[in-house]
Amino acid sequence: MEWLQINYNYLLVIVLLMIGLWAMIGKNNLVKKCIGMCIFQNAIIMFFISMGVKAGSTIPILNYTKVDGVKTYFTEASMYANPLTQILMLTAIVVGVATLGMALTLVQKIYSEYGTCEEDEILKKIG
Amino acid sequence: MEQQYPVLIVIIPMFTAMVLTLAGWFKPSVCQPLAVVGLLGSFLSAVATLAKVSAGGVISYRLGGWEPPFGIEYRVDGLNALVLVMVSLVALLVAVFARKPVEKELGNKISNFYTLFVLLVTGLLGMTITGDAFNLYVLLEIAALTSYALLAMGRGRAYMATFNYVILGTIGACFYLLGVGLLLIKTGSLNMVDIGSILPQLAGSQAVLIAFGFLMVGVWIKMALFPFHGWLPNAYTYAPTATSCLVAPLMTKVSVYIMLRIMFTVYSADWIFNVIQWKPVIMILAVVAILMGSFFALAQRDIKRMLTYLIVAEIGYMVGGAWTGTSAGLTGTIYHIMADGLMTVCLFMVIGSVVYRKGRANFESFKDAFQSMPWTMGALIIGGLSMIGVPPTCGFFSKWYLISGAYQSSDYAFIVALLISSLVNAILFIRIVETAFFSATSEEVPDPHEHQEVDYADSPVSMLIPMWVSALALIAMGLYTGEIVTRWIQPILPGGLI
Repeated sequence: MEWLQINYNYLLVIVLLMIGLWAMIGKNNLVKKCIGMCIFQNAIIMFFISMGVKAGSTIPILNYTKVDGVKTYFTEASMYANPLTQILMLTAIVVGVATLGMALTLVQKIYSEYGTCEEDEILKKIG
Repeated sequence: MEQQYPVLIVIIPMFTAMVLTLAGWFKPSVCQPLAVVGLLGSFLSAVATLAKVSAGGVISYRLGGWEPPFGIEYRVDGLNALVLVMVSLVALLVAVFARKPVEKELGNKISNFYTLFVLLVTGLLGMTITGDAFNLYVLLEIAALTSYALLAMGRGRAYMATFNYVILGTIGACFYLLGVGLLLIKTGSLNMVDIGSILPQLAGSQAVLIAFGFLMVGVWIKMALFPFHGWLPNAYTYAPTATSCLVAPLMTKVSVYIMLRIMFTVYSADWIFNVIQWKPVIMILAVVAILMGSFFALAQRDIKRMLTYLIVAEIGYMVGGAWTGTSAGLTGTIYHIMADGLMTVCLFMVIGSVVYRKGRANFESFKDAFQSMPWTMGALIIGGLSMIGVPPTCGFFSKWYLISGAYQSSDYAFIVALLISSLVNAILFIRIVETAFFSATSEEVPDPHEHQEVDYADSPVSMLIPMWVSALALIAMGLYTGEIVTRWIQPILPGGLI
């Protein structure tokens, strides 16, 4: 139970990953595959973000105390959440949006060519 | 200036892509010369970097001046220097080759094509040169996204084939990212060399093992190792000629390079071959990949589709060679990355020329081709001999190293698979050459569905030159095998191998 309290975020990520993967591979409708891809990528984003989280932490910006108008700057590493994972995920979000856009464009092209988004019907039309 | 060569390799094509977008709005005809100039600059920087590496050892380039574990590091040793030269050379050749086929197949999309083309090369070169695991993921996605767009420009089932590739390619890249995430949790670092120095202290960790699994499955999907190869033949067959010439030799080879980087820089040979016992399973995958690729290639009528199955078989060669755990096998794999890149591009350019002249590339279109296209067929013979593994072409030497590596580690099934694959390649190419040499033109029945007029001239010079450069490079590489192996490959072989 204690293990669950510490690691529940990873369980959640695993569940989301499985949902996404199942939709990408198992679903027949191409748009649903795209939705699965979106869930899959967002699960990874949550995985990265949650690994950098720390209870009661703050953003890593140089802090200061003001005594009689004189600013004294200080840093205390233990106060800060890990900013690296969030920065990485900014890039991953952009990549995810681009991939989703690419996939949806292809679905649109497929739809205009075959008149359907169901994979089995398309394969039947291709013959 | 001399210090900047590593970054120039990537930056020149990146800025060329931006210039190409602008130039395409005003004058699409300047796009191809501009792309060639940009890729030539990249190629020259890669050659200069290779010369510098062989003179002075590993180059570490700090992007933005940040020290390696914190900032992104470009790290060039003998292995990536060789792959960089191969990638930029192949890209340059294809850029020269692409002029005529692109005009014919993608008339109104010329500027888009070259922009994506150069961006794809940027992604591939960046993947090869970077020493940062997350930077590699970003560049992997740049290369993947541009290749999706390039492949989808094709005909027939291209959209559907590309969509399948998008789904599987995303799964592959995401698995890689999950592996990087697990390593980041355990080591707190993204720099590959830095991770490699921390990991020996975590040898028993389950998370490190699972991270390795994620990373490997990710790159295997990207390189289309059996049983993850399903997306490759369709995606490459229906792509435009110039796209398949670029993507087919490079994407899979760069993925093999990434696998070697993960195995021997991030993890270590000692951990892979002594701590975890994955080798037997992966050798089986490699053997099955070789056999499946070869037999499916035999069944194809379309020559381009046949070549795509041969790529699947070649991936089996390289994965198997790396996993024999011997110095000779790994030498063969590294050598074969270069050799296979060159021979695949040579053969795809030959097929592209035949498609350009005859409209399609099945056995019928090769009838009497020796009389109508003698130079093209000459390049086909050299490429085919290299594929079969006949000396003095480089295909022989990579097979030699792979087989001697497999012999040292007693992987006899792998040796048998290599020999069977060589035989199948021989049958395939003899069949093409026989059709091209002995069939009479009079038997040719005009295809009612074919509206393009049949042209009995050889390929244009702009297509023949890159084709023959790659063909001669195959022979030159074969002749200088000893030089390449002793000078560049042997110094970079990791310790802990048999």
